[in-house]
Amino acid sequence: MAWYIFRRFLQMIPVFFGATFMVYFLVFSLPGDPIQALFGDRAVSPAVAAQLREQYNLDEPFLVQYFLYLKNLVTFNLGNDFSGRPVAEVLAQVFPVTIRLAVLALVFEAVFGIIFGVIAGLRKGKFFDGTILVASLVVIAIPIFVLGFVLQFLVGVKLGWAKPTVGAEAGWSDLLLPAMVLGLVSLAYVIRLTRTSIIENMNADYVRTATAKGLSRPRVVVVHILRNSMIPVVTFLGADLGALMGGAIVTEGIFNVPGVGQRLYQSVLRGEGPTIVSIVSVLILVYILANLAVDVLYAWLDPRIRYA
Amino acid sequence: MPDYRKDDIEHYVAPLEETPLQATDKVAEDVQPLSLWAEAWRNLRRQPLFIVSALLILLIIVVALFPGLFTQTAPNANCQLANSDGGPAPGHPLGFTVQGCDVYARLIYGTQASLTVGIFATLGALLVGGLLGATAGFYGGWLDSVIARIGDVFFALPLILGAIIIMQLPFFRENRNVWTVVITLVVFGWPQVARITRGAVISVRNADFVTAARSLGVSRAAALVRHVIPNSLAPVIVVATVNLGIFIVAEATLSFLGIGLPPDVMSWGNDISAAQVSLRSNPSTLLWPAAALSVTVLSFIMLGDALRDALDPKARKR
Repeated sequence: MAWYIFRRFLQMIPVFFGATFMVYFLVFSLPGDPIQALFGDRAVSPAVAAQLREQYNLDEPFLVQYFLYLKNLVTFNLGNDFSGRPVAEVLAQVFPVTIRLAVLALVFEAVFGIIFGVIAGLRKGKFFDGTILVASLVVIAIPIFVLGFVLQFLVGVKLGWAKPTVGAEAGWSDLLLPAMVLGLVSLAYVIRLTRTSIIENMNADYVRTATAKGLSRPRVVVVHILRNSMIPVVTFLGADLGALMGGAIVTEGIFNVPGVGQRLYQSVLRGEGPTIVSIVSVLILVYILANLAVDVLYAWLDPRIRYA
Repeated sequence: MPDYRKDDIEHYVAPLEETPLQATDKVAEDVQPLSLWAEAWRNLRRQPLFIVSALLILLIIVVALFPGLFTQTAPNANCQLANSDGGPAPGHPLGFTVQGCDVYARLIYGTQASLTVGIFATLGALLVGGLLGATAGFYGGWLDSVIARIGDVFFALPLILGAIIIMQLPFFRENRNVWTVVITLVVFGWPQVARITRGAVISVRNADFVTAARSLGVSRAAALVRHVIPNSLAPVIVVATVNLGIFIVAEATLSFLGIGLPPDVMSWGNDISAAQVSLRSNPSTLLWPAAALSVTVLSFIMLGDALRDALDPKARKR
């Protein structure tokens, strides 16, 4: 098991470097001169520009910049954004908000997705199953920003059950509605995945054996069917954590959540290199670590994978 | 002594209905069996899901090709601010946008952009992902590892996130049109196709019927063309069909964020984006293009589901 985790860990190192390098390369070739952008339409004195260039390593060749950045990343010395605020401070401000949002969305889709998926799978072909299948298809087909607007309008404005916009403090309860919108599409996938998986496993030989041994139906369902059906679902949920955090841009925009997505979008529009690369690097790290956690969980759920 | 109930035992001892012997005897051995695709087509024709989605997609394609057939109103010519956010009027069944343009005409003419992006992004992802995935699966070894890691790098970046950064590059910013959006979607869409193709090729490469063909004297290349490729195509086509819908949504999302298609291109994403300012006073200008988008995406996802059922004989039994 330890060897398996170690091997997976090694495989993730080139992915991290590749992805951060790609982002750094893209950001490095963003249009416009960020120093000039900092000063708006006023002229910059060459001395100040040169000093700023040196401070942000903008005068070094590209590869040197990238390695200086990596060095700073490892030592958590992320530099300042162009308004002089430390990037680490910006990250500390926006990440907790988006983590709360993504965790709420993940819990929402996992709990309801697995419950609905199991019920639909166990009652395959019945009315509940059909309704769930159609509803999940419709949810997948509707773009998330339409879902966001409609739910914001209905739940937030018409019914007044939740605050339509979140604002600066963004506590857990304020984020419930945005988290539901964020997790809705994934919820549909989790339902369909769980349902298919349950149906597949219900016909398996070991389920027949368990029933033949005289085990009660709930025990067969929970211990035998459910545990084995969770393998693809866990994979999806793990990969989804990274996707939820990176994909929260639209939801954060609609509900005015001061999180990673909103900050990143502004930084891209401003050409604020250090902030973009720091945020994206952390997002990539989250994605990679979530996948590592999934692989470990995977090996625990299905011992066959460990020895393959 | 445990309590054996008679019906339990019978059920688990002889599941005769799963192996009907008469059916086995009835197989005509002198008739050439149907090919995978002929059998799939025979199954497809009997599925209501396939018929409905195929008809819808056909209709959407006709609308995209000949928008003039469906509306007499020019979508941009007669926009009058006096009509801003107006309700349905004679000749304008769905009312007017904020700019006073006819919602229905814009809906019809917007089909083209959304469908073009979806189709060409899917083809591009199929080409790049299919080629790399098949290479990785067929040759294996270090080539497989390298392609898999490159795919992981792109996977680690969520689609919208990567697209925002790419669309800000000088080349993309200056030439913002359908094709730059297509390229962006292909760049982040190919790894998924590559993964599926790789898996399919590996499972088929080692399948018994390929070994059988090889041992009957079929050459390696002929086995690849005649057996491996046709039989690994099925899951790839299914994923491509579903992806088409997802790419259309992605285009709309990018246009919604203001970094997809330029505002002068008529597309559902742009119309939804423009309608958000008047959502609370006139929700229909947002809901109609959203509905058109959703029906299109739904059709492609349903088609993908129907294809999956038809092409996977193992899944059909359930």
